[in-house]
Amino acid sequence: MSQATAVSRPQGHLLKSAGVRFGVIYAALFGISAAALAAFLWWSTAGLLERQTVAAIDSDSEALIGQFLQGGPKAVMVAIKDRVAGNINDDALYLLVDPGFQVMEGNLNAWPPRMPVDEDWGKLKLDRAGVPTLMQVHYFELPGGFHMLVGRDIAVRSRLGLMMEGALLWAAAIAVILGSVGAWAVRGLFRATISDVSATAMAISAGDLSRRVRVQGQDDEFDLLAETINDMLERISRLMDGVRQVSNAIAHDLRTPITRARTRLEDAYQHATGEAELRAAVERAMADLDGIVGVFQALLRISEIEAGARRSAFAPLELAPVLTDLVELYDAAAEEAGMTLDASIADTLPAFGDRDMIQQAVANLLDNAIKFSPTGGVITVAAGIEGSTLRIVVADQGAGIPEPDRLRATERFFRGEAARSTPGSGLGLALVQAVAHLHGGEIELSDAGPGLRACLLMPIKPQDGLRSRASDSLRIGRD
Amino acid sequence: MRILVVEDDKDVASFVVKGLREAGHVVEHSGNGRDGLFMAASENFDAIVLDRMLPGGVDGLRLLETLRAQNNHTPVLFLSAMAQVDDRVKGLKAGGDDYMTKPFAFAELLARVEALTRRGKSDQPATRLVTADLEMDLLSRTVRRAGQKIDLQPREFRLLEFLLRHSGQVVTRTMLLEGVWDYHFDPQTNVIDVHVSRLRQKVDKPFPSPLIHTVRNAGYMLRQEEV
Repeated sequence: MSQATAVSRPQGHLLKSAGVRFGVIYAALFGISAAALAAFLWWSTAGLLERQTVAAIDSDSEALIGQFLQGGPKAVMVAIKDRVAGNINDDALYLLVDPGFQVMEGNLNAWPPRMPVDEDWGKLKLDRAGVPTLMQVHYFELPGGFHMLVGRDIAVRSRLGLMMEGALLWAAAIAVILGSVGAWAVRGLFRATISDVSATAMAISAGDLSRRVRVQGQDDEFDLLAETINDMLERISRLMDGVRQVSNAIAHDLRTPITRARTRLEDAYQHATGEAELRAAVERAMADLDGIVGVFQALLRISEIEAGARRSAFAPLELAPVLTDLVELYDAAAEEAGMTLDASIADTLPAFGDRDMIQQAVANLLDNAIKFSPTGGVITVAAGIEGSTLRIVVADQGAGIPEPDRLRATERFFRGEAARSTPGSGLGLALVQAVAHLHGGEIELSDAGPGLRACLLMPIKPQDGLRSRASDSLRIGRD
Repeated sequence: MRILVVEDDKDVASFVVKGLREAGHVVEHSGNGRDGLFMAASENFDAIVLDRMLPGGVDGLRLLETLRAQNNHTPVLFLSAMAQVDDRVKGLKAGGDDYMTKPFAFAELLARVEALTRRGKSDQPATRLVTADLEMDLLSRTVRRAGQKIDLQPREFRLLEFLLRHSGQVVTRTMLLEGVWDYHFDPQTNVIDVHVSRLRQKVDKPFPSPLIHTVRNAGYMLRQEEV
């Protein structure tokens, strides 16, 4: 256990440890099952013998009482004599006494002292032929003041019982040892399983964001937990990276346009020779500032989307007319720029999400396609449903993005070689990705040979709060 | 037109007031929510430009809600630094007629304020829109100029309808994007310009005098050329 836990739990730490608790629970379960097993063993061996003895005495005495009721004491005396003579094992005991407790018949020479007079069960220690033995006996009070005693030798049985007792005691001792060892092992196993999680969590809280929980590869519950935690960490670290990137970007990328605006103003202030020149400079500076505001707006929008707050505005929607409208809006612009916009949009595209955002994402893709297509190029837009996934593809015939850059193309402010000479903030694809992630989907960038193929994938069904394992990671297609 | 500007930032307020006066409007200004509410409730204005975060205990949303509760339907344009989608939705839900975020271009503000006041007046459903020799019949969905029928695509029709409804006013690209396409984002490509230029091909080109004019640094305006 770590120092932190030791400090926060100065007392009762042993029972507060979940590992110990699991161990104790294991030991208790083990003890209960061992006890149940022993009880069953007892019941089915020693208990069985006892029940047999009792049954034998019962049936024996029932027959004798029957004879007493039919033939009186005489008949019983005859019967007892017969039985004693026929009892080769000498394990049976019979005694009939008269109301004065004088022996009338039986293989016991006197009514045992301190024996109950009315009907009862009892145990009797005897010396028979010099051998001490133990009998199980049943006393009866018969009509007319006669008393009868029927018994069986249970010395063997009691010896077996003692043996069993001993064995069970040993077994109990072994069970305690095994239980403790097992409990210890369970606690150890438990600790080992979560130690990696807690070690990772500690490393993360200490600032090492690259640590991940080890996945054993057994695809069990612990692996699922580990993967869920890793997914969460992945997302947290991506968000952290995002924050860091944004602050870097504000520090560096926004400095450029701000510098430009400031330079223009200062230059005009010092060198402008007439009002017209001054006005022109102010106008350009205003345009620069508008650009900066646009960047802020886009950043704000992205973080707003990434925060997931807009998910409450999600609704079922039909995207086919939405996309058709967008294509129509951009078709004219493409034609004006000497390009062809080739669209094939399925008749019906049910989806679940935020219409404005999907519009903006697709508009960004179309903006990009028009920006980077050469004159005479063809821009293809295709939208359809594959299984449970909505697929919106926008492909151009421009320079594309070289493979190494594709992973980074959706980062904020990332601008590829080809994009540096064109106007733009480097936020377009970042926004598309944010929208895709918000909808539980992703964006795939691939080579359209030549050009870039951007593919927006989104599930058409509402997603529950949990993201599927892979949905949040950016995948780069290789088709 | 009488316009009330409720804005606590002195620079922004004086800039807006000056600009609106230059455009020929009568402008009153209030620097806090309480006074603003008092003025809005006690006087008649054609439009109110309202900041959201105001000193004086009454913020823009409260001011507007109180005003609407008094059955005052003066058109209100929110002018706010709160730029998130939710802020916008809140502002419109509270009874705002339009929502602009700071920083802003004055031309856009002016165009939107003027569009607001126009909207207030012409809410009764018109079946015909006419400017100069251009007429649009909203029932048969036909457009004629100088008696000559012009064939328009559905989207072009709506674009022209929007321009006609705001005839004589500046219409910005953002207003067109919101009003004609219902889009609430800024495309990087000059998509609107292209659509307007296509409309011009049909509406203006075959005729001696143009009706759709470009207003520099602002947008477009449909009006008859003064001779």
